[in-house]
Amino acid sequence: MISRGMLPYLLAMVLLGIGVYAITCKKNLIKVIVGMVVAEYAVNLFLVLLGYRAGGVAPILSEGEKAADLARHSVDPLPQALILTAIVIGLAITALMVALALRIHERYGTFDLSEIRKLKG
Amino acid sequence: MTDLFPLVVAVPLGAAYLLPLLGRMRPRWPLDLLAILVVTFVAAFTLAGLMQGTTGTLWLGGWRPGTERSIGINMCVDGLTRLMLVTIAMVSLAGVLFSISYMNRFTGKGLYYSLFFLMLAGMNGVVLTGDLFNLFVFLEVAGIASYALVAFGCESEELEASFKYLVLGGLGSTFILLGVALCYNQAGTLNMAQVAQFVAAKGINPVLTLAAGLFFAGFGLKAAMVPFHAWLPDAHPSAPAPISAMLSGVLIKALGVYALCRVFFNVLGLGGGIFPLVFMALGALSMVVGVLLAVGQWDFKRLLAYHSISQMGYVVLAVGLAGELMAKAAVEPAAAAALQATAALALFGGLFHLFNHAAFKSLLFLCAGATEYATGTRELKRLGGLTRRMPVTSACCRIAALSISGVPPFNGFWSKLVIVLALARAGHYWLAGMTVAVSFLTLLSFVKVQRYVLQGELRPELAGVREAPAWMCAAMIILALVCVGAGVLCPLIQADLLAPARDALLNGLAYARCVLGG
Repeated sequence: MISRGMLPYLLAMVLLGIGVYAITCKKNLIKVIVGMVVAEYAVNLFLVLLGYRAGGVAPILSEGEKAADLARHSVDPLPQALILTAIVIGLAITALMVALALRIHERYGTFDLSEIRKLKG
Repeated sequence: MTDLFPLVVAVPLGAAYLLPLLGRMRPRWPLDLLAILVVTFVAAFTLAGLMQGTTGTLWLGGWRPGTERSIGINMCVDGLTRLMLVTIAMVSLAGVLFSISYMNRFTGKGLYYSLFFLMLAGMNGVVLTGDLFNLFVFLEVAGIASYALVAFGCESEELEASFKYLVLGGLGSTFILLGVALCYNQAGTLNMAQVAQFVAAKGINPVLTLAAGLFFAGFGLKAAMVPFHAWLPDAHPSAPAPISAMLSGVLIKALGVYALCRVFFNVLGLGGGIFPLVFMALGALSMVVGVLLAVGQWDFKRLLAYHSISQMGYVVLAVGLAGELMAKAAVEPAAAAALQATAALALFGGLFHLFNHAAFKSLLFLCAGATEYATGTRELKRLGGLTRRMPVTSACCRIAALSISGVPPFNGFWSKLVIVLALARAGHYWLAGMTVAVSFLTLLSFVKVQRYVLQGELRPELAGVREAPAWMCAAMIILALVCVGAGVLCPLIQADLLAPARDALLNGLAYARCVLGG
C-alpha cells in the first residue's frame, strides 16, 4: 500500500498531527507553544520534501554549466527559499508567544490554562 | 500608476520603523503629525487609483515570466483590490485620527503607531499581491502586528485574549502554508494566475481539493467563520478601541474574506459547485450563531464583536450564493444569462455589505471607545443617559446602529436588501427569510444598546462626563458621513467602486488573463 517513497511525507503529516494535538489538548502554556513550533516545523519539513529528488545535487550553478542541465538533476531550490522565510516568521510567532506566556505568568502565577480564565467563554 | 502601487505597502512599512524613534521625543505632535501624513498619503493614493480605475500588473524586480513558470513576485491591481484598498484606507484614517487623543492614556504611543502601520502594510500587501506565498507572508505581517496590538494594554484579560488569538491564528497560518505547499506541488508555480490556468486546464484533483480544505480552515479562522470563531469575541474587545475598529472593520475582511474570495473565485475555481456550498453553509451558520450569541451580551464591545461574526456571515453567504449560481450557469447554458445576472446581484450585495460593514462596525467600535474614554466603563448596565452629555458620539452611534440593523436610508439597508433579493431570486426562500430574521434580531440588540447607553436617566456617578476630544469626534464623524453617504448615494459608488470588484470575481479566469496577458 504505502511505498517507501511516501513514508517521509506521511511522517511529516504525523508530526503535524502531534503538533495540532498538543495545541488543542494540552493545558500547559509552554506545551502549547512547543506544539505550535512542532506543527510549524512539520509544514516546513513537508515543503522542503516537496522539492527533494532522490540523488539530486545542490542547486548551485557551477561555471560553464547550463541552467537547464543543472535543473535536470538538482533538487528544487524554490521550497528551500520559501521555508527560510517561513522559519523567520515562525521565529517571530514563537518569540511573541513566549513573551506573552511570561507576562501571563507574571499576572496569574501559573502556566495552567484551566486557571487562566478571566474572560467569560 | 500601477508601478507606484507598492508605495501603499512601502510607505506604512517605512513609517513603522521610523515612528518608534520619534516616540521618545517630547513634545508629541511630530509623532502624530507623521502618522496622519502617512495615513493621508495612503488614503489619497488609493482614492486616486480608484478614480482613475487603475488596472494592471507589476512584476517586482522585472521578473516577468515569458512562457515559462513565474518565479518572481507580482502585484496585481484590479477592481476587487481597489475596493479593499479604499476600505482599508478609510478605516485606517479614522483609526489614526481617533488614536491621537485616545492613545495618550497608554504609554509607548510610538510603538503603538509602529504596530498599527505594520498591520496596515500587511493588509495592503495581502490585497495587492498576486503570489500565493507572498500572500502568506503579508498575512503573517498583518497577523503578528495584530496579535501584539490585542495585548497592547498588558492587562490580564488582554494577555489571555491575545494568547488565544495567537494560538488559533498561528494554527490557521500553518494550514494556509500547507495549502500553498500543496498548490506548488501540483501546479509547479506559486503565481496565482498561473495556478488558475493550471486548474482551468487540468481540472481539480484530490490534492488540490485537500489544499482547498486547508484554505477554508485557514482563511476561515482569520475571517472568524462560525466553527472557527472562538477567538474573535475575546480578541476584538480586548484591543484598544481604534484597533478593535481596525480588526473588526478590515482585518477579518482583508485576511479572511478577501483571501477566500480571491483563492476560490480566481485561483482554485469553484470545484463544480461544491466549494460555494461550503461558503453558503459557513455564512448562514455564522450569521445565525453570531447574532444569537450577541443578543445576550452586556459588554458593549463584546456585543459588537459577536455582531461582526454575524455580519461577515452575510458577506460569505452572498459570495457563496454567487459562486453556486456561476457553477450552475456553467453546466446549464440555456439559463446561463439569468443565473449570471442573479450571481452578479449576489456578489454586488456581498461586496457592498463588506464595504458597509467596514464603515459602520468601525464606527460602532469607535463610539464604544469614546464612551469608555469618557465614562471608564463599557458595561451597558452601568451606562445611561449619555445623549445630552455626549451629543456627537450619540448621534454617530445612532447612525451606525441604524445602518447595521438595516434601516433605510442608511447603507446597511441597501446591501441587506440586495442580498435578500438575490437569495429570493435564486429560489433560496428559507435562507432569505433567515437573513431577514437575523436582521431583525440585530435591530433588537441595538435597540438594547440605545436604550441602555444613550436613553434614560443620567446616573449620578456619570454626572461629570464630557464629550470626547475633537480628534475622536472627527474620526467618528467621517465614518458616520460614509454610512449616510454610501446609503443615499448608493448608485454613485456603485459604478466606480463596486461594479469593477464584482466583475473581477464574476469572470474568474479574467484575472489570469489580466495578469499574464497584459
